[in-house]
Amino acid sequence: MKRIDPTLMALILPLAMLLAAGPFLPQWVLFLVTLSIGKGFVVLGLMLLLRTGLVSFGQGLFYCLGAYAAGGMGTAFDVSDVFLLLVSGAAAAALLAFVLGFLVAKYRDIFFAMLSMAFSMILYGLLVKTAALGSSDGFNVPVPTLFEAKLAEASTRYMVFAVACVATFFVALAVHWYQKSPLGSLSPAIKDNELRVEYMGASVRHAIHVKFVIAAALAGLGGALTGMTVGHIDPEMAYWTTSGEFVFVTILSGTGSVVAPFLGSLIFELIRSYAYEYSPNTWQMVLGTSMLIVIVFLPAGMWSVFASRRKRA
Amino acid sequence: MRMILESKDVCKSFGAVTAAENISVRFEKDTVVGLIGTNGAGKTTFINMITGYLKPTSGTIHFLDRDITVLLPREITRLGICRSFQTPQLYDTLSVEENLMIGLGIARRNMRKPIFSRGPKTIPGHKGTAKEAAQAMMGRFALTVYGDQLAKTLPGGVRKLLDIAMAMIVKPLILLLDEPTSGVSAEEKFGIMDRVMDAVRAEGVTVIFVEHDMDIVARYAGRALAFYDGRIIADAKPEEVLADEEVLKLVIGGKKKPHQATVSSDHA
Repeated sequence: MKRIDPTLMALILPLAMLLAAGPFLPQWVLFLVTLSIGKGFVVLGLMLLLRTGLVSFGQGLFYCLGAYAAGGMGTAFDVSDVFLLLVSGAAAAALLAFVLGFLVAKYRDIFFAMLSMAFSMILYGLLVKTAALGSSDGFNVPVPTLFEAKLAEASTRYMVFAVACVATFFVALAVHWYQKSPLGSLSPAIKDNELRVEYMGASVRHAIHVKFVIAAALAGLGGALTGMTVGHIDPEMAYWTTSGEFVFVTILSGTGSVVAPFLGSLIFELIRSYAYEYSPNTWQMVLGTSMLIVIVFLPAGMWSVFASRRKRA
Repeated sequence: MRMILESKDVCKSFGAVTAAENISVRFEKDTVVGLIGTNGAGKTTFINMITGYLKPTSGTIHFLDRDITVLLPREITRLGICRSFQTPQLYDTLSVEENLMIGLGIARRNMRKPIFSRGPKTIPGHKGTAKEAAQAMMGRFALTVYGDQLAKTLPGGVRKLLDIAMAMIVKPLILLLDEPTSGVSAEEKFGIMDRVMDAVRAEGVTVIFVEHDMDIVARYAGRALAFYDGRIIADAKPEEVLADEEVLKLVIGGKKKPHQATVSSDHA
């Protein structure tokens, strides 16, 4: 009998459980999980880059652009369908990444990180100065609908949550399959030895460009989802600390599986929420300490707990 | 015999230093050619120009009537010229099998025609799936026992073999080996070369290798080129080149005729 892909099971089971439990969960849990999924998409893209040896400190650029594209579609064109908003967020980010990729894919290491951060700060600067987009205050995102059907507030929260869960399943699975494809499997090879990849007949720059666009599309998708969940977007989404937070969660999660970014993101949001609740003045210290603990005890990220258990089994 | 590779008046300068001066040489199909010379004589520069890592200052390089002088390394690889390196260039965090599978994945991707197609299931020139092809190549290079081992943990001689197997996995027509036995113990070097020669004979590949060990050149090459100061000073059968007065003086050093005992046309 053909063995079922463990990643498929690791996605189906928790997501099905969440979907089933959703109607009975309190609103704040739905909010927290949807927000975690939104940020999980960004982290999934960063994971793809990190596996290739690249750290982007500017993923906030695409996250923010995705959110503004979705918000803009809502306010300017009166589009409120949840799927259209998500797709427009991802498409806008992918398009910008396709253009920027021609330049960014030439750089590695700190230069790649700084260049990506520079672009995100340019967007931040532009948004802060653009009064039509609400300057530093941003603007509210219209309430999303499902196929143009307006739902009650509580149902809307569950609808966005359910769409996020379904999107997680398909997107994470697509990334999982991509990583197994000839182009996707080049990631660790590029990280190890670019020269050899070129001498085996592949273009490293092309491979990185493709990964950069995929990562951006994921960040745009995450931004659109976050915008819809929170109901408000502002330029802070492009600020470098937002990008830094995504890198933080990527390291926290580890690069072992496409499930890791979502788990890491959820744990991060939980730690932050509780830390903020119980020690509002020192919550950053709690986050920093948890990061230190992960780095010291799980250098390959939280997912390494599951990975090593599977290896032992 | 059919000509497969030709360089015409190839020159390469790095500032005031001339690394190649009017190198004109033809290579025939299915031959094994050894390049000898002291350090800085221009052997590796020549290999680097054939494989696109360096562009000649002037002159042209043709592969099967196609001008490849200005092509990129990956374009030259796709045409069928592959190389190994003096320092093995491996994917250290991947296993031996994965190292080979990467090459097969690239070959499969390069084969596809429509942009979104997945490419053929089997790799042209290989039998079976990519995994089976990788295993067959491991068997040919005695790497099967190391299949699951990470490349960074391999001993020196095995790293050399894997480096060459990675060049062979994409089914080249010409294989360029840059010092295939450097840094390898005396006991291992003939074993490595025997493995390589068995594999290339089975595939019908033209081999050009750079070597400092004259015993290796004498035993495995059918033709030897002696480089000195960016020029080719001798081009003949290994026994003749190794006995050449100028080669003895400038390349090997000393007047005596070494290695004659090991020269054997059987292996050429």
